[in-house]
Formats: sequence, structure tokens, C-alpha cells
Amino acid sequence: MRDNEHHDELVHDTLSGGAPGEVVLEVRDVYKTYQISEDVEVHALRGVNLQVRRGEMIAIIGQSGSGKSTLMHTIGLLDHPSSGEVLVGDIEVTDMSPNELARVRNREIGFVFQAFNLLARTTALDNVALPLIYAGVGAGERAVRAEAALERVGLGNRLDHAPNQLSGGQQQRVAIARALVTEPNIILGDEPTGNLDKRSGIELMMFFQQLHEQGITVVLVTHDMKVAQHAQRIVEISDGRIVEDRELSADERIDARVELEEYLEAAGIDPTADDFEHIGEVHDDGDVGDDDEDGPEGFTA
Amino acid sequence: MNFYESFRIALKALGANKGRTFLTMLGVIIGVMSVILLVSIGTGVRKEVTGQLEGFGTNLIYAIPGNFEEMLGGGGGAMAMPSRQFNNDDVEAVRARVSGSGLVSPMVDGSGRLTLRNNTMFGSVSGVDGNIDEVFDITLAEGRAFNNSEVLSASRVAVIGNTVKTQLFGNRDALGEEFQVNDQRFRVVGVLEEQGGGGMGGSLDTTVYMPFTAAQRLFGNQDISMIAVKADDPEEISLVQSRIRTALQPRLGSDGFSVFTQDQMLNVMGSIMGMLTTMLAGLASISLLVGGIGIMNIMLVSVSERTREIGIRKAIGARTYDIMSQFVIESVLLSVLGGLVGIALGALGSWTIASTTAIPSAVSLWSVGLAFGFSLAVGIFFGVYPAWKASKLDPIEALRYE
Repeated sequence: MRDNEHHDELVHDTLSGGAPGEVVLEVRDVYKTYQISEDVEVHALRGVNLQVRRGEMIAIIGQSGSGKSTLMHTIGLLDHPSSGEVLVGDIEVTDMSPNELARVRNREIGFVFQAFNLLARTTALDNVALPLIYAGVGAGERAVRAEAALERVGLGNRLDHAPNQLSGGQQQRVAIARALVTEPNIILGDEPTGNLDKRSGIELMMFFQQLHEQGITVVLVTHDMKVAQHAQRIVEISDGRIVEDRELSADERIDARVELEEYLEAAGIDPTADDFEHIGEVHDDGDVGDDDEDGPEGFTA
Repeated sequence: MNFYESFRIALKALGANKGRTFLTMLGVIIGVMSVILLVSIGTGVRKEVTGQLEGFGTNLIYAIPGNFEEMLGGGGGAMAMPSRQFNNDDVEAVRARVSGSGLVSPMVDGSGRLTLRNNTMFGSVSGVDGNIDEVFDITLAEGRAFNNSEVLSASRVAVIGNTVKTQLFGNRDALGEEFQVNDQRFRVVGVLEEQGGGGMGGSLDTTVYMPFTAAQRLFGNQDISMIAVKADDPEEISLVQSRIRTALQPRLGSDGFSVFTQDQMLNVMGSIMGMLTTMLAGLASISLLVGGIGIMNIMLVSVSERTREIGIRKAIGARTYDIMSQFVIESVLLSVLGGLVGIALGALGSWTIASTTAIPSAVSLWSVGLAFGFSLAVGIFFGVYPAWKASKLDPIEALRYE
């Protein structure tokens, strides 16, 4: 109970609010062991320490089996560590019940998944409003906030479209709007470009970088060094341990705007005819169907 | 998340799969409809039978085939189904035994379609002896009762109840006119005074009386449904009762028949009909139960189909309760909507039966309450397990689910 009251104070001092550099999420000496059978144990995490500070853009990188997913689930409060502590702000969440965790997830973490994970047959507006239902926000305010979030990702004119009427890039932006709508402390992206074509992937990274510039804390989990290079700080995990944690130098960092420019040039697309605001623009090229259709060829026609 | 949101989500999920929703509901619809229909038929038959007996007045003693004497006092008790029906010889044996202390009339009961040109109705048919106005407390408004020679010759003559008269003949004179009972022509010789009461049907007003010999021909057998005896003196009722027993015992054995006074008869008929109604309602409830299992089945399918959806909802903040209530409300909606449709169809069926047959079936409030309450309970009971399964899903696993 005391935790919850305390917790409430922390809920909305997010995004633009709160001091930059303040620790918003901390993982202290976390171990995670899976008991596969009686005598086989898998140590997914072996003593991980990580601090996420407000306004950072971090990429957690690792090969499959490195413990990267387990770490993401731990940060995302979807999984309990076997030992160690997880703190959101200064609230210890390690021993919270599933329902308490659900409440903290709802308010503090915005998920962006590789597979978009939008509800089928549900409009963009309703998809984005979903976390607000569980936050107990009334219908009127939900609609207003969901619409604002969709406008923020440039889909203000696609409110009534179901996921199957949107391109992959657009679906992922709906997912970002859903992550943003509760004004969480952290946006957590799990291979967010994994299901996108190259151009949509670059545009998405550009969008994450824009969010970062606006002061939003972004944590990306990826196996792709090129994706990770869009971040400001790289945390590499291998065999359940963090083997590297460093700030990227300006040389190493990829600016998605420049990347997109180069990409369009190489593909022979006139960047001025198809400006950088592409991310906020509507694809009025007929029916937008599967993820793949959002490729560059669609724009040469 | 409040109830309204869960309700909206559940409604949407049901709407997304209309065909499946309907088929799942069909189980409950059929179950509830059968409960309503069978109970209303049961109560209708009971009203019909007891209404007729009550109209016959007092001092009457009835002999019926089968041993139901232990059912007196409303209790269960053993009963023996009749080894055979009564026949004309049994009637004569009783008549010989009680002569001097009571009047005897055999009764051949059934129902029939009564037709006059374009007018058709369903009514009870009662084949009795020639002394009908003496044995039973009924008064003729006009005409006469049939006489003994008409009984002996099985003449197709009839004394009709007041409702039969007005429905078939309207304001016209019925005496001497012919009408049809199950396509056999009968001539009206008398019309009964209006008895009233009993609501729709269930009284002497919808009955056609005819010589029992004619009724036996009409139904195509030689059976006698029961033997009615009117004691001359109320003080002698128990004496007459024992005489009837003495007459029938050697013919049918002590388990082959029962002798009841008017009150006992009403009592026993009431409990037999009540038992039948309960049994029918119980049988119909089984189909409701099967409908409930259908709901559980489809809810389990739905939960596993929507594993990913559940994972998404949990990841973005749905609590155990939110998921649980979403699915419980969905199954309750299925069963309650099915229940409402079933009640409507059952009531419609009951109304159809009341207007096309002699059974004054009427929907009783308790059967509506029972069926609705039961379908609600079925929805909750069979919805909780799938909903619990859904709410316990691990969000990580659920999100990985393809």
C-alpha cells in the first residue's frame, strides 16, 4: 500500500517533466535461472547491473541466447528475476505481485514490439486508447489523448483504420502511439525494425531519435549493430553478463535523417519530392496492405 | 477498468464471430426453450385435468387403473403402473356391486379436433353413461342428456360445453345440428350451462360429452379411462369405496387399480402431474447443461485463439481481474442472450400449443425465472474456468504465441 501511494507521486513526472540524468530504471545484480529439468539449469542472466537515466537512448545488443530477451523482459517488468533487484524510479518492484506489476507497466513502460502486436479488427484509435482503459481513464479523455498520440506519430488521419488497412511502418507507428499515450518513463522497443522493410526501418529509427531529442527515454533491444548505432549508448550482453557499456562517439552514431537521405539517393528517389516528413505523411498509393508493400518501389511509380 | 468496459470488449468479441456466437447460443436457446415449453405443457395438463374433476361436484368416487394410493398426502411413495386398462366388464362388475347405494358411469377420456365447416377448435372428449346429469354436477342449459338406448347403440350424439357451442355455432342454435369430432359426425342433443372459472380451457366448457360406447369407437379401442361413482348418501362414501374395491380386486388384483374420493383424486392427480412436470423440467435442464458445456468449449477455443491478444493486454497493463472479467462477461452474455431468446421461443411455442390443441398450456413465471437463472448460472460456471485460464497466461509466453 505504502509503495502504491509513493508510486502515484512518480507517475506523471515523466517525459518532459523530471530532471534529466535522474535514474528512471535500475537493475541491480540480477540473476535469472531457468530450471529446464531436474538437473538442467539455464543461467540467462548472471549478475546484471544497469542504470537507465532520464532522456537516454540506449541500445541493448546481443546475439540470440545472450540473455538479451530475458533482460528486456526484466526491464519491461514482464518477468521476475531469480535474484537481485529491479527499481523503477526509487520504487523496488522485484517482489510485486503480477497485478501490481501490471499497474506499474501500464504507467511507466511503453512497449514497441517487433511484431507490432496491435489488436486485429480494432481501429488505430482504439488500439492506442487500450492502455488508458486499464489506467482507468474515462472514455472522453481516452479518445482525446489517443488522437493526440496518433497525431504525434503522423497518423492523425488514420484514426479509424484497422491494422490490416495500414502498412507495416504505419502499424509500428500506431504501436509507438500506444506506447506514448500513457506518458511512460521509458519506451521499450524489442527489435522494433525487425518486421519492417529497409526504408520503413530507417524512418522508424528516425522517429525514435526524434523522441529522444524531445527528452523521452528510449531503450531498444536488438541483435543488429546497425540499429544499435542509432542510440547514444550501447550495452552489449553476452552469456548473461554485460560485457560492454559505453557512450557512442559522434563518428559511430548513425543519424537516421542522413541515412534516409543516402538511402533514397542510392535507390534513385528524389528526396525533395519525398521529404523527410515521410514519417508523418499518408501513403495515398491505393490500398496499403502487407508490410512488404511499403518498400521503395511503391514510390517510384 | 470498470464493468462497462469489460462489457463493451466482450460484446465486440462476440460480434466479431457472429456465426460462432449464434451456434454456441443455440445450445442454451434449445435448453431454455424446452424447460419453458415442457413446464408450461405440464402445468396446462394439470390445470385441465383438475379443472374437469372440480367441475363434477361432490360425493364422487373414482376408480382408476394402477396403484397410486400411496401418493396420497403429496408424498412420493411406491406406485404401480396399470397392468391393464378397465373394460366394460369391470364397469358392469362395479355397477352390480354398488347398485342401491350409488350411480355408476364409465369415463372414456381423450381429446379431439372439433369442426363445423370452417370453425375448428381442440377440446376434451369425454365418453360417459346416459345418466350424466345425475352422476356429475352438471346442468344442461338446453336440450337433454343422451339416453341409455343411445349408449347401447353407440349413437353419435353429443352434449357440448358452453365454449364449444359459442366457438362452433356462435349465436346460432346448436340443438339438432351436426358437427365433426376427428372427422366423425355427431349431432348435438344438449348444451351445458356455462361453468366459468378455470381461465382458458381446463373446464367442462371446452368438453364434448358423448356415449362412452361412441367414444370407444371414436378412439378405436374398448378401454375405459376411469369409473366414476356418485354415492347417494355422503355418509356412505367409504362404504361405496370398499364395495368398488371388492368388485375390482378379483378382476385386476390389489395393485391393478385405485379408488379415490374427489378430493383424494385431485390430490393424487396434482402430485402425479407435478412429478411429471418436474421430471420434464429436469430432462430439459440436462440440455441446458449440455449447452453450458458448449459455451465452455467455445470459450476455451476463444482463449487459445486470443492468447496473443491476452498477452498484449497484459503487457500494456491489464490485471488478472481485467482479463478474467472480460471472458466471464463474454460467456455470461452468450448464455443470457441465449436464455432470453429461449424464453421468447418457449413462450411462443406454448402459445401455439394453447391455441392449436386442447392443452391450455401457459408459461409459468417460475419456469421463466428458473430457466433464466439457470442459464445465467451456466454462463458464470462454465465461463469461469476458461477466463481463469486466460487470466493466468504468462504475458511473455502469450506474446510469443503464434
